[in-house]
Amino acid sequence: MKKLTTLLAATALATLMAGTAWSKTFVFCSEGSPEGFDPGLYTAGTTFDAAAHTVYSRLLEFKKGTTETEPGLAESWTISDDGLEYTFKLRPGVKFQTTEYFTPTRELNADDVVFSIERQWKSDHPWHGYVTGGSWEYFAGMGLPELLESVEKVDDMTVKIKLKRKEAPFLANLAMPFASIMSKEYADKLQAEGKMNQLNQMPLGTGPFAFVAYQQDAVIRYKAHPEFWGGKQKIDDLVFAITTDAAVRFQKLQAGECHLMPYPNAADVEAMKADPNLKVMEQAGLNVAYLAYNTTQPPFDKLEVRKALNKAINKEAIVDAVFQGQAQPATNPIPPTMWSYNEQIEDDTYDPEAAKKMLEDAGVKDLSMKVWAMPVARPYMLNARRAAELMQADFAKVGVKVEIVSYEWAEYLEKSKAKDRDGAVILGWTGDNGDPDNFLDTLLGCDAVGGNNRAQWCNQEFDELVTKAKEASDVAERTKLYEEAQVVFKREAPWATLDHSLSIVPMRKNVEGFVQSPLGDFAFDGVDIVE
Amino acid sequence: MFRFFLGRLAVLIPTFIGVSIIAFSFIRLLPGDPVALLSGERVMSPERHAEISRQLGFDRPIVMQYLDYLWGVLQGDFGTSIVTKRPVMDQFLELFPATVELSLCAIIFAVLVGIPAGVVAAVKRGSIFDQIIMGTALVGFSMPIFWWGLLLIMLVSGTLQWTPVSGRISLMFYFPSVTGFMLIDSLLSGQEGAFRSALHHLILPTIVLGTIPLAVIARQTRSAMLEVLSEDYVRTARAKGLSTFRVVGIHALRNAMIPVVTTIGLQIGVMLAGAILTETIFSWPGIGKWLLDSVSRRDYAVIQGGLLIIAAVIMLVNLAVDLLYGLINPRIRH
Repeated sequence: MKKLTTLLAATALATLMAGTAWSKTFVFCSEGSPEGFDPGLYTAGTTFDAAAHTVYSRLLEFKKGTTETEPGLAESWTISDDGLEYTFKLRPGVKFQTTEYFTPTRELNADDVVFSIERQWKSDHPWHGYVTGGSWEYFAGMGLPELLESVEKVDDMTVKIKLKRKEAPFLANLAMPFASIMSKEYADKLQAEGKMNQLNQMPLGTGPFAFVAYQQDAVIRYKAHPEFWGGKQKIDDLVFAITTDAAVRFQKLQAGECHLMPYPNAADVEAMKADPNLKVMEQAGLNVAYLAYNTTQPPFDKLEVRKALNKAINKEAIVDAVFQGQAQPATNPIPPTMWSYNEQIEDDTYDPEAAKKMLEDAGVKDLSMKVWAMPVARPYMLNARRAAELMQADFAKVGVKVEIVSYEWAEYLEKSKAKDRDGAVILGWTGDNGDPDNFLDTLLGCDAVGGNNRAQWCNQEFDELVTKAKEASDVAERTKLYEEAQVVFKREAPWATLDHSLSIVPMRKNVEGFVQSPLGDFAFDGVDIVE
Repeated sequence: MFRFFLGRLAVLIPTFIGVSIIAFSFIRLLPGDPVALLSGERVMSPERHAEISRQLGFDRPIVMQYLDYLWGVLQGDFGTSIVTKRPVMDQFLELFPATVELSLCAIIFAVLVGIPAGVVAAVKRGSIFDQIIMGTALVGFSMPIFWWGLLLIMLVSGTLQWTPVSGRISLMFYFPSVTGFMLIDSLLSGQEGAFRSALHHLILPTIVLGTIPLAVIARQTRSAMLEVLSEDYVRTARAKGLSTFRVVGIHALRNAMIPVVTTIGLQIGVMLAGAILTETIFSWPGIGKWLLDSVSRRDYAVIQGGLLIIAAVIMLVNLAVDLLYGLINPRIRH
């Protein structure tokens, strides 16, 4: 064995082979360093993959591969008739992880749940401001501070949450990373020792993997949680090898230095599919890219102008040029993987001649406009400048002159919110909780004007439909309302819907059990390496 | 000598303050609001924005912010990262050894290869050796680091599979960090093969980071040697009948070294800049990659703290180089 070790250690390939000799180690070449390990404090997917989906579990979980929720730490729940009271029965016998830095003395109970929510909610809670400038971004972003009435422990295994108003997406919110359940016992110990900051550096939860060590910008190590409530893992150790460059990740995957990688370069996908040692999973991502007109400013306040411009954009060309085909043209504001997606709606056909005529009929001549191009690549739009240039050429064909403008990212997000902003903005969205409300109301509702609603579009008919759908708890009824809302959206054309990008996950052939998440998460419970 | 040293040290203090002002204001001149970036595409309400800005002290007059910062720095407090919420100094100390280790290897590589190459090129001036060495140096100097790194990874790690693609050590080795220097820690760990693995991981990044300094050092050595070789005392030494090795290696090289040592000192600064790219390509957990990430996140505390510490390090290295002159050429000491 000793000789074998020496021999293998020389090559990196040995990592995996030697790993299997004693223990099964799964290596994920992750794309970046987590900002911290407290999922409540952050919004980046990289952080959620490293903290929320490994170490923690939540009351509800997203069913693997879907955006539907299923019981997690809450075994069951009931909703009062008025839709305002949620009573959760906790799963009995759920064990927290035992690590080098903490040994739990009790199982999960209602105190943990109350603690996990209240620390984000109540500004006088001792943990609310435990890090300087820490902000509970998602908790606030999902509107929970205004929605929650109370969170109470009924008995050790029962928690009751009261809401101020009916809101159907609430359950899906509880499955989101920020709603991860922490150990109150661990937090109390840290507080007593004056080491509260450690909660963000050495996490401890009930999830499938226990945290072992993090070496900044290099590697995160976990071991399987032997008493995980969802069953023991097939792998023993999980390692995140942080590799920021996509081309280098691909080299590492090819060399066998990791088993799976996120976010490949679009240009590498063909080579990945051709490699006999690799396999590639793909799925439409839970995202949309759009061009938002400012519907309050002339001439974009005229429906005919917006419709005409929509007809002038050649989306296929954008998808080909920007994504090398790894995306699909978008028709609706929600992606096709999401429930309530309206299949009946037809997209505006690309027809420059008709567009030109529509503009003439609307009395618009010599229009020059600004198109805003994002300065950064996002999953839904890899190269906004390229897309803007293609639109510039498309619009030139119908006699519209385009000036492309761009700002630094934070400034771009800020300036594009202005109600009197000129021109049209390229932007997009990646879903948070798989609920259509998270796209339709968040991006197009009247409340979001001056904020996320970059089209500054407030349509009463649309707004009533999505508000009604938010309050209804019956999924069939909600589906119907959202389908109708999409019809109104398409008719009124506040956006040109551009694309939904594919999410592509290359991995070694011997990886089994990985399920792609429509939410874009990378979760490794249930994965296995077969020889 | 001691007075000389004190004089140099006195110059460093205003320089340090100057650098702190530049580092502090420079990052604030960049457009982009670090607080707004915390929520990304999600919109933060103006009230929450104001609250977080207040917690971070961004609502105060910039001069006050600077003075507070400087006061903290003088007490050794470089602030706390907006993103990771960890003290900047802690993170720096954790990451800096990786950069030092890589930079030291790169500079040793550049010196060990660059000086002999320059000497050979000078002695064999105009020959095919000279042309090959100087041609290669020109290419090395002009090559974009990112491209060169990826090229080497694809060829040496990908096709030939001689070295690992990235990282500092094979993931199968896991031991606590003692010194932060992987070569030393791997030896201390006593785990078999760990040192070899660490060494293997160093090869490509060392070559990539060392390429530009190597080219510069080789060219500088060549021109300094050419100058010295035409001096009278070299002719005299030759006339005395000394061997070429003694003439070149002892009489000429020692005198040619003065401009070369200056160059090496200056290359340390260049190398820290190169480290940003090299570390990014090779997923090398050093301060270069850390700073780059912090710029895109507008993590003010990290950028200004990091720049300041790096500037201090470069100033100290330059001071050391100045002192070295004294050893090489006693005439400079006064």
